Amino acid sequence: MATREVFSSTASNPLGRPRGLWSALHLDPILLFLLLALVSAGLFVLYSGADRNLDVVKAQGLRFGVAFMVMLVFAQLDPSVFRRWAPWLYGLGLLGLIAVLFVGVGAKGAQRWLALPGLPRFQPSEFMKLAVPMMAAWYLSRHFLPPRLSRIGMGLAIVLLPMVLIVKQPDLGTSLLVGMAGLFVVFFAGMSWKLISAFFVMVSVAAPVMWFFGMRDYQKQRVLTLLDPQSDPLGAGWNIIQSKTAIGSGGFDGKGWLQGTQSHLEFLPESHTDFIVAVLAEEFGFIGVLVLLSVYFLIILRCLFIAATAQDSFSRLVAGALTMTFFIYVFVNVGMVSGLLPVVGVPLPLVSYGGTSTVTLMAAFGILMSIHTHRRMITA
Amino acid sequence: MPWGEFKDTAAERRLFQRRAVVMLVIVFLLMAGLIARMYQLQVVEHDIYTTLSDKNRVQVQSVPPPRGLVYDRNQVLLAENRPVFSVTVVPERVGGMDATLEQLVRILDVSEEDLERFQRRLREPRRPFQEIPLRYDLTEDEIARLAVHRHELPGVEVEAELVRYYPHSELTAHALGFVGRINRDELQRIDPTNYAGTNYIGKSGVERFYEGLLHGKVGYQHVETNARGRTLRVLERENPVPGEDLKLHIDLRLQNRAHELLDGRRGAIVAIEPATGGILALASVPGFDANKFVTGISVPDYRELSESKDKPLFNRALRGQYPPGSTLKPMLAIAALDSGAVTRDHTIWDPGHFQINSAGRRWRDWKRGGHGWVDLTYAMAQSCDVYFYEAAVEMGVDTMVNYLAHFGFGEDATLDVSGALSGLLPSPDWKRATRNEPWYPGDTVNLGIGQGFMLSTPLQLATATALIANRGEWVEPRLLKDILGDRAPDEFLPEETHEPLKLKDPSNWEFIADAMAEVMHGVKGTARGAARGASYRMAGKTGTAQVFSLAEDEEYDAEEVRERLRDHALFVGFAPLENPQIAVAVIVENGGGGSSTAAPVARALFDAWLLEFSATGDGALVSKTDVENEAR
Repeated sequence: MATREVFSSTASNPLGRPRGLWSALHLDPILLFLLLALVSAGLFVLYSGADRNLDVVKAQGLRFGVAFMVMLVFAQLDPSVFRRWAPWLYGLGLLGLIAVLFVGVGAKGAQRWLALPGLPRFQPSEFMKLAVPMMAAWYLSRHFLPPRLSRIGMGLAIVLLPMVLIVKQPDLGTSLLVGMAGLFVVFFAGMSWKLISAFFVMVSVAAPVMWFFGMRDYQKQRVLTLLDPQSDPLGAGWNIIQSKTAIGSGGFDGKGWLQGTQSHLEFLPESHTDFIVAVLAEEFGFIGVLVLLSVYFLIILRCLFIAATAQDSFSRLVAGALTMTFFIYVFVNVGMVSGLLPVVGVPLPLVSYGGTSTVTLMAAFGILMSIHTHRRMITA
Repeated sequence: MPWGEFKDTAAERRLFQRRAVVMLVIVFLLMAGLIARMYQLQVVEHDIYTTLSDKNRVQVQSVPPPRGLVYDRNQVLLAENRPVFSVTVVPERVGGMDATLEQLVRILDVSEEDLERFQRRLREPRRPFQEIPLRYDLTEDEIARLAVHRHELPGVEVEAELVRYYPHSELTAHALGFVGRINRDELQRIDPTNYAGTNYIGKSGVERFYEGLLHGKVGYQHVETNARGRTLRVLERENPVPGEDLKLHIDLRLQNRAHELLDGRRGAIVAIEPATGGILALASVPGFDANKFVTGISVPDYRELSESKDKPLFNRALRGQYPPGSTLKPMLAIAALDSGAVTRDHTIWDPGHFQINSAGRRWRDWKRGGHGWVDLTYAMAQSCDVYFYEAAVEMGVDTMVNYLAHFGFGEDATLDVSGALSGLLPSPDWKRATRNEPWYPGDTVNLGIGQGFMLSTPLQLATATALIANRGEWVEPRLLKDILGDRAPDEFLPEETHEPLKLKDPSNWEFIADAMAEVMHGVKGTARGAARGASYRMAGKTGTAQVFSLAEDEEYDAEEVRERLRDHALFVGFAPLENPQIAVAVIVENGGGGSSTAAPVARALFDAWLLEFSATGDGALVSKTDVENEAR
């Protein structure tokens, strides 16, 4: 099989593996370079998107500093550590999610934060973005792959339980991201195509049934507005109309850095958070978008390579799932800002301002680097 | 056990790698999809979006729908919209907010209240470039002064908006209600999109009940503005759907006549068309000018209205709860006949007082020496209290309450009259629950002549009278007659819920109607003076309700106290007797006797409706000026 040849040959090729100082620091120079390129370009866009507010850029820079430290720490740990900790981390995360439902703090009717005395405030649901794929990978990799039907069922249960708890907060967006991360593990573990097709058939049958029998009129209306924001140009549609205008007016080569009119005249909402890609598209044009998406694609390519060349099943499953979650962020955010997907609050990873997700994302890259740089001497 | 030792690691690796390639292909395809989308927006449709953005700034503006008009039954306008000019500020466009406000205060008359409201709106979340109103109802002079300074004030605009206007406000304030600025509570209730451009909402009456119909649906337009925010042209427009125009049962001429007849005395008149339940007139005197409330009433004006001892803001017709007194006797007579407590020929001896047992308390008749031998017709004509005391004891409280409930007492039986109260229909259960006291036999006796705990509104009395006029057919009182569009009013009127009141002997309706005619036309009828010389026969019943006490903290001079302690004069009736066109309830507060004060008012109203206005009839068009002259 051709693909196998490719991966096998690279796996035995020491070019893919860091050496010398990089190896001592447990960093992958290729991935690190791509991340640094993305982050620094992102800060330039942010400066414009935040209307030349240098404080915003400084705060974001500081956040990246912390996130890179987290990545460095995670990279030092051996993958077997993550494997041994997986069940404990998962259990801890579940406890946190349950605690949030009772003693959580938050705003706008949703309880997402846990403020424990002596600890900084944190979101257990954010933590679960890492813990759920780790737990699912731990469970499935203990046995032969591809897993038996009952094990797939158990794996799905591992994913579903935290999803339900997060939906109750309520935070549908994060719940879906956590669910996706878990589902990718099950997919990578080798869930048969028959089962996958059956799953999709089930969903496509259940959806219309839900629509006609399970939902009330006002719920349907909410879904329709979500799918077609143009029908509500004063409310939910406003953001999309403005961001499409910003993107479209950017043209092929853009208006130039700091020259975007849509964002600077405050037509574009959230121009430095969720909608920052519209600022980039307006100021750097189609070329800028092409470069940005290429960087993302290269990062994903490198991460999948790391996953494919990992030494054990657990590492492969975790690395694969984290990579695909990263991709989902990119796809959903750009799709939403360009009006392809409904508006859900997903940031553009490593570019949008703020977002607790930055630290989580960098921790995930730390895990990937750890997997890539901790090799046992035996060969598979 | 060491990880993976017994597993086929090579096979698992190959499995993963195959899956990874599948994912890579999917990632590649989706990325290509995103790029294609961006290509579409940025290259293919670039020109469209450039027009939208580069040279001009595009905004979405909401276009508020014009509020539906309200007409009376003869197409006379009761509520219309007139343009009012206000000054608004777009915070994104002003040079410096403080300096701008300072200058505006210098040019215009801006109150502290206006400024406070403005600052509050400024802090609330809103869409970018949405204007915030600073002051409403500018004078011509102020508009001119603003125009002079306009070049110094970027972001400041004069805007015309349509504001509710009630041309006959003093007459219709209580019947129509009024609109006012949307307040914080209402903001929680309304659909923010549909009210995006709307500043007013129905606060009471018809305006409140039919808010959903009158408001209409918001429209919006995409407009180009230049860098200074002036609108250049409209790119795309979705027109608002205007609110529905409503036609009410109210007849402005009759409404006006009712006000004239009350002649400044505190009181209320409700007239109902028995066939339809349509409210022809709903007068509560004194009234007030509802137009003052629309753009926001000033504090001294409001204080004057709310602190007046005549309570002009109080809607006596819907919310005034009075003891019905003898006007309840026709309904009680129906109850007594149908329950078998009395027969038509049942006769009693009235010595001038009534006792439950020979040693007990004496309930006096209004006539000191008594009426002597009295049958039911005579008891109605003369309003003999002793006859009804006896009938009440014979029926018992439960029977009475049961029948009175059928007449709509103790409930708000209206279909679309916002704010109508339900009065009080006392019962043993009610008394135990609210006063923790048992129901005494004496309470039953008091209820027999509509006194004691019983309370009803003029609207309820008119409704119950219309039921007698209809010989038991229920028609719930309503204001909406028609919607001047293609929609049927039934679509918006609530369900009619009342069953007809069926008597064991239906001819008893005729008997009671005749007894009520005896009140008007009989030799001994209490209201015979009011019916003198009539060319048609009418039915009626007088009533006098005692005013029990004044609140302790109210201070009046002696003359006033005496005036305000006088009994309320009441009257209910319908005409003509055979084919009723109108049923009325009249109450004149502290008016003294029902026969001398209230009955003539009702007679004049009957004459107006049956003789004077009948020529123009239902639905005929009258020129507006005619009616306005009438209304003056």
